[in-house]
Parts: sequence; C-alpha cells; structure tokens
Amino acid sequence: MMVFTLAQRELRTLFLSPLAWSILAVMQFILAYLFLTSLNDFISLQPRLQSLESPPGATELVVAQVYGSAAFIFMMVVPLLTMRVISEERRNRSITLLFSAPLSMTEIILGKYLGLLGFLLLACLMISLMPLSLLFAGPLDLGLLLAMILALFLLTACFAAIGLFLSTLTLQPTIAAISTFGALLLLWIIDWAGDQAGDIDASGVLEYLSILRHFETLSRGLFSSTDILYFLLFITVFLVLSIRRLDADRLQH
Amino acid sequence: MHNDNLISVEHLYRRYAGLVAVRDVSFELRRGEVLGFLGPNGAGKTTTMQIITGNLAPTSGRILINGLDLLDRPRQAKGEIGYLPEQPPLYRELTVDEYLRFCARLNRLRRDTITAAVDRAKQRCGLEQVGRRLINNLSKGYQQRVGIAQAIIHSPAVVVLDEPTVGLDPIQIREIRELIRELGEEHGVILSTHILPEVQMTCDRVQIINRGQLVFSDHVDNLDRRMQSSSLILGLQQPPAQNILGALPGINDVQALDNHRFRLLHAAEANPAKAIAQQAVEQGWGLFELTPEHKTLEQIFVEITSSEQSDTGTEAA
Repeated sequence: MMVFTLAQRELRTLFLSPLAWSILAVMQFILAYLFLTSLNDFISLQPRLQSLESPPGATELVVAQVYGSAAFIFMMVVPLLTMRVISEERRNRSITLLFSAPLSMTEIILGKYLGLLGFLLLACLMISLMPLSLLFAGPLDLGLLLAMILALFLLTACFAAIGLFLSTLTLQPTIAAISTFGALLLLWIIDWAGDQAGDIDASGVLEYLSILRHFETLSRGLFSSTDILYFLLFITVFLVLSIRRLDADRLQH
Repeated sequence: MHNDNLISVEHLYRRYAGLVAVRDVSFELRRGEVLGFLGPNGAGKTTTMQIITGNLAPTSGRILINGLDLLDRPRQAKGEIGYLPEQPPLYRELTVDEYLRFCARLNRLRRDTITAAVDRAKQRCGLEQVGRRLINNLSKGYQQRVGIAQAIIHSPAVVVLDEPTVGLDPIQIREIRELIRELGEEHGVILSTHILPEVQMTCDRVQIINRGQLVFSDHVDNLDRRMQSSSLILGLQQPPAQNILGALPGINDVQALDNHRFRLLHAAEANPAKAIAQQAVEQGWGLFELTPEHKTLEQIFVEITSSEQSDTGTEAA
C-alpha cells in the first residue's frame, strides 16, 4: 500500500519536471527514425528475401533492430532518470520526511523503484506502438514481439536497479548518473574481453555476466529460465544493497 | 503517571568516529508540555532530535514514545511523532494540498479522513489561502508553515520542532509561537531553538545541552527566578563622586557607564532602589533613570554552559 503511495509520488514528480517528457520525446523520435529506415531497407530487400527458403519476417528484421537500439538508448537514458531518485532527496533533506514517517527502508526503496519501473514500462510500451502499427500492413510474430518487449523491460529494470543503488551512494546527482552509465557500459561490453582472451573458462564467466548476452537470447525469443533468473537476481541484489545503504544512513559513524 | 510520559529517553549515547555527540542524556516529556531545548552550536541538539525521531540510531540508550520502544517497534513509534527538521522536508514541485495529502498517506491515515486532516492542518497553520500554490513559489515563512503542517497532520502525540522560527518575520514568528503554545495543549512539544526569549515565551520546561550533556533542566519559572536582577541602572543629572554611590546601603559595586549613568550591583535578595531614590531626591542629584536590570537568558545560558566547562576542566586536572 505504502509502496504504491511512494511510487505514485515518484512518477508524478518525474512528470512534473520536463526531464521525463523530453526523454520520452527524444527516444521516440530517434527510434521512429530508426524504425522507418529499417522498414525502408526491409521493403527494398523484400524481392531478394522472397527467394530464400524460409525468409525472415518483419519482426526479426525490423522490430529486432528497433529493440536493439532502444536497449542501447536506455543505457544512456536510465542514468538520467535514476540519478536524482535518492541523492536529490538527500540533498534537499526531504528524505527526512520518509525516514520520520512510519515506513521501513524496504518500503522506501521499493516505492522509489516501482515508480521508476512505471516510467520505464510506459516508455517500453510507447516504443512498442511502432512495431504494432505494422499490424495494419501484415502479420507479425506476436510471440517474438512479446519476448522482445519483455526482454527490453527486464533490461531497463536492471538498469534502474543499478541506478537506484548508485543514487543512494552520493549526494551529487551527476556523479550518480556518470557512475551508473559507467557501470552499465561495463556490463554491456564485459564479454568483449572474454572473446579476445580465447580462454574458454574466463570467457564463459564474462559472457554470463554480460547483460547484453542475456538480453539478446531473450529477445531472440529463447525464453530460458537462466536469463530470467539472471535479471531477477540482478535486480534483487541491487535493491537489497540500496536498502542496506539507506539503513546505514541511520547508523553512520 | 507513567502513561503521561509521551517521551522518555534513557541514557542516550551517540558516538561518531572519535566524537561523543550525545552523552548519557535522559529526559521525559509529559502530555501538555512544551519542552525547550537549548544549547550552543554543535552541542548535540539536532543529533538528539534526530535520534528521537528515528532518523539516526543511538549508540546505546532507550527511547520510549508513548510507551512504544522506538528501536524495537519503529513503525508504530514513528507514527506517534511529527518532526520538523531544521530544513523543512518539502517537495517543492508539488502544491501545498498535494504535499499534505501525500504526508497524510505516508502516516497511514485512513483514506476517508485524509481530506479532513489536511484541512485541519492547513487551518491551524494559516495555509487556507495557498493550498493550490506550488510550494516552490511560497515565501520562506509559508514554507516553514507547510513544514509544521506536515508535522502535525496525523495529530501525533509528540511534535518535535527544530528551530521552527528561523528566517521568519516578526509577525510570523509571533503566529508560530502562538501555534506552538496551542499545540502544547494537546500534544507534547519539543522545541529546539537558538532564540532564548522564544523559550521564555513558549516553553514550560527548559533543558540546556552542552557538549552532548544535559547541564540544566528546570521549569521556566525557576529559570525566570534565576534571571532576577542583581543590578540597577541609575541615571543622575548631577552625580556625586562614585565612592559616595558605592557607600550607599546594600550596594556592592558601582560601574560608571558614562558621565551620568551608573550600574549599581547589589545582592540579589535586597533591592536598594527605594533607598537610592530617597537619597537622590534629598541630595538633589537630579534622578532621571532608575531601572532594575534583568539578567537575560543569554547571561544565564553563558553562566551555565561556561561553569560546566570550568567544572569539567577541574575534573580533568
């Protein structure tokens, strides 16, 4: 109950600032451009694709392109959303309101996180409107589309969990943003090193750690519990860390 | 009797790395009481308040709020407290109404009582006119009032106010003080402040904290008694020699303030004003001023805190 009250206020605050609107607008614009170009490519390739035995459809070619780019854009955008969540409340001392209210730290963190998820879900759905518009023109692989939406949402949920945690660490929103971005980028590229090292064991571990790999498998429609578990574990770890960090505020030495 | 204690704090300690911010503080707050918390900067006032309100964990000690242990049952205990920190915890992008509704919900008020609670808090803090304005656009005084409204919205048993009148204009200060007195009738109020007359005007009991320790805790009336004058300001058109004044009965010492005005120190028990006036008239000194000097709370404050320091100094030696 209390979690939803907090989430609702968080969302409201997001939309009262121009940040949320501009993020939605810029993302939509860039992805729409990408969507149209890849749609154009798809249409011009259509005659050649026809000659293949089982030609890839619009969902695999066009839509996957959109979601792949969206994931990349989210990597840059989510830090901007999460940076202020805790650090700004600390700076304005408004966090005292939450600490003095009959709330547990878990409720505070979950409330904030849920508010962020609400925004990210909205962003994911808005992006999904573009592929869905193709339904006017022809059939789509809806199962695959759903898998892609789920993958994107889980990915951004992970981003938000890291961002929230790093926001609890500092008073400066910009520092929270840049460190979140750094962490996300590292997770994104961590398996590159594995590829080059040629060491099978090491590359296996790094590949497993890489958030991108899990995203890619899931968005290809391979619904494996390992990936889902990876995402959920990832989110839980950072939420628990955030709760611990917030609790440490009270115990500071 | 015990049930009347809204707050009881027992042997509170708080250490920061190498520094003891609060040392063995114990006190009680009864229903219908306004408790003034005084102390120089860095004495541990705010730390103590943060501990009582659950914003900071004590190193050791026990805090009971309306009979609920703050450390064992933080949720229930926090529901009994309203806290206005030094800087009001406002969401500036919300309107006053939105903000207060949010605060009411945070304090788990029932949905159907929220509107009434918000209206009542607004009315008590004089916010009826600004309900739909953004907090960010309000003046400092109004923001402060919103902060107080937030602290009393759930009619807590205890209201803790940390320097509530800082930055307000004199009229607003008077209104806030009246509000504090009013709150003190139903709730228990703890008020921390630098402004000493404020304590005299609003508080029933005063506690002075210095370097983390309570050094003084008494009823305001007793404090007033300590403030009773032991000096007079005497103004004479044709003053006699200073030693003649010093020889007047009951006068311990004379300090010349300028050519015509003197400060006469006397024993606290006996007031020699009448004798002096008589003398002045008989001798034709041209009396134009004779006022008892009240010791300000400042002086008492300095006396208590500095005597405490010299006490600890001798202990150390």
